[in-house]
Amino acid sequence: MSELKKIATRDGFGDEIVELGKENPNIVVLDIDIGKSCKTGAFHKALPEQYLNVGIAEQNGAGVAAGLATCGKIPFVVTYAAFGSMRICEMIRQEICYTNLNVKIACSHGGVTPANDGASHQAIEDMGILRTIPNIAVIMPADYNSTRKLVRQAAITEGPAYLRFTRDAVPQIYGSDVEFTIGKAHQIQDGKDVAIIANGDTVRLAIEAAKVLADKGISARVLDMHTIKPLDVDAVTACVNDIGKIITVEDHNILNGLGSAVCEVAAEMGKGIVKRVGIQDRFGESAPYERLLEKNGITVENIAAIAEKMQ
Amino acid sequence: MKDVSVKELKNTATQMRMKVVDMIYKAQSGHPGGSLSAADFVTACYFKFMNVNPAEPRWPDRDRMVLSKGHVCPIQYACLASVGFFPESELDTLRKEGSKLQGHPSMTKCPGIDISTGSLGQGLACAAGMALAGKMDKKDYKVFCVVGDGESQEGEIWEAANTAHKYKLDNLITFVDVNNLQLDGTTEEVMPNGDLGDKFRAFGWEVIELDGHDMEEIVTSIEKCYASKNGKPKALIGRTVKGKGVSYMENQVGWHGVAPNAEQYEQAMSELKAQFIA
Repeated sequence: MSELKKIATRDGFGDEIVELGKENPNIVVLDIDIGKSCKTGAFHKALPEQYLNVGIAEQNGAGVAAGLATCGKIPFVVTYAAFGSMRICEMIRQEICYTNLNVKIACSHGGVTPANDGASHQAIEDMGILRTIPNIAVIMPADYNSTRKLVRQAAITEGPAYLRFTRDAVPQIYGSDVEFTIGKAHQIQDGKDVAIIANGDTVRLAIEAAKVLADKGISARVLDMHTIKPLDVDAVTACVNDIGKIITVEDHNILNGLGSAVCEVAAEMGKGIVKRVGIQDRFGESAPYERLLEKNGITVENIAAIAEKMQ
Repeated sequence: MKDVSVKELKNTATQMRMKVVDMIYKAQSGHPGGSLSAADFVTACYFKFMNVNPAEPRWPDRDRMVLSKGHVCPIQYACLASVGFFPESELDTLRKEGSKLQGHPSMTKCPGIDISTGSLGQGLACAAGMALAGKMDKKDYKVFCVVGDGESQEGEIWEAANTAHKYKLDNLITFVDVNNLQLDGTTEEVMPNGDLGDKFRAFGWEVIELDGHDMEEIVTSIEKCYASKNGKPKALIGRTVKGKGVSYMENQVGWHGVAPNAEQYEQAMSELKAQFIA
């Protein structure tokens, strides 16, 4: 892992959206009063004509964005993951996905990263819920640079997208020259004994676990599955066929998220073993971020231990 | 704006009502009550005010129509067919498999539908978004929106009312179809709305109260909206009768979402025919 300083992926969004807005006047940021926290301040300052704030009214925010999109705008609805998925779930379904409009929901505070805010602000269900709605891409980048790349990809890819970022700082993994494609897994390293498929803030744990395993003579393929929908079925299929032993890691409920998506592929193939590491289907609490991960077994040690047992 | 007389518009509204009854009868499914209460306003919009181009349904400079109360789409379908967005014969496909004319309007299936609606309370925010895009792009188009009084119980309506006020959307003309009935009963019984005009005024809107079936009043009210460039979004609070034009449906909560049988159909059509003005 890089020795660079940690940066929250919400900062990657905040920096990239300014560039995108300068390049394309149709890019609009639609804030719902938590812009400062979601890092849209620079965009607001640089591009006030492309900036809206509809106040604390998420449902209306989704609808206004849909209306803007019918007129050729590319609105980014910016809020926290818990609200940008569940508070406006049906508006996303009715006015953004059913209509297949070019609206992006860009959310900070994904997973348990809003740690000390407590369970109300921790989004552990969002990606799974949105994954069941047709037409929307569901994405969680792993670090600052991949966030910038995937935000840009979402902006230039027609159709609805949900992007989830971390509140807390996470290590930088990729250089600015690495390219990412929505719906295409990024392989960090190849291996033959176990496949670790992770996304978002847990990719760093997968990389560390692979190092621990390497010291024990176990070679791990590590995939950054930043997009859980559309899932890179080919990449999962290859893991099943080549290795047959898969561990999924996510800062999300083990139900309906990355782990479930991977299990669906393996189950339909009728082969392979999948172990899911993630939030254990229970609400969080106010606590340090790393402690919340630990309490759910989302740790380097646990990933490595599971991999060892699978051998 | 087209040069068409109030008398012509009245007759067109009657024609549109007949199409509504006909298509719901043929589908044996649909919402006649609200379609008939909104009929006069929607007719006035399409046949006098709206600048649309059936050859290019997504023409960026067009005026928009959002049925926030999406279940009354039969009236919009009738108007869209008459204006030329699709052949009249397609009205017979309402709610059938493979039809453009979904039970609730779909923008991806039906030309002329500016946004898909059906889940109540969401259309006004979408209409505000369209009006806002018009302001941002310095375009002159208008956005018309039809909101139900029952639907006004949804919180999102009032969130959208705030947004329209903040962004000075005087290009947004909302008709509130106050027919006093909703699925489970009268609005008074189910959830009293109070004075909707006062509510919109309190949200900073310009409010015009009118008889929602008086074509002359509808036309002059919309003209007032066009003339008033004061930064205030417009609410036309229309006193209407659910099922208007068909005696046995008028003010009957039971006709919210029920299709007429053969005998009722004949009666409705003959009553409506009698309403044409020579």
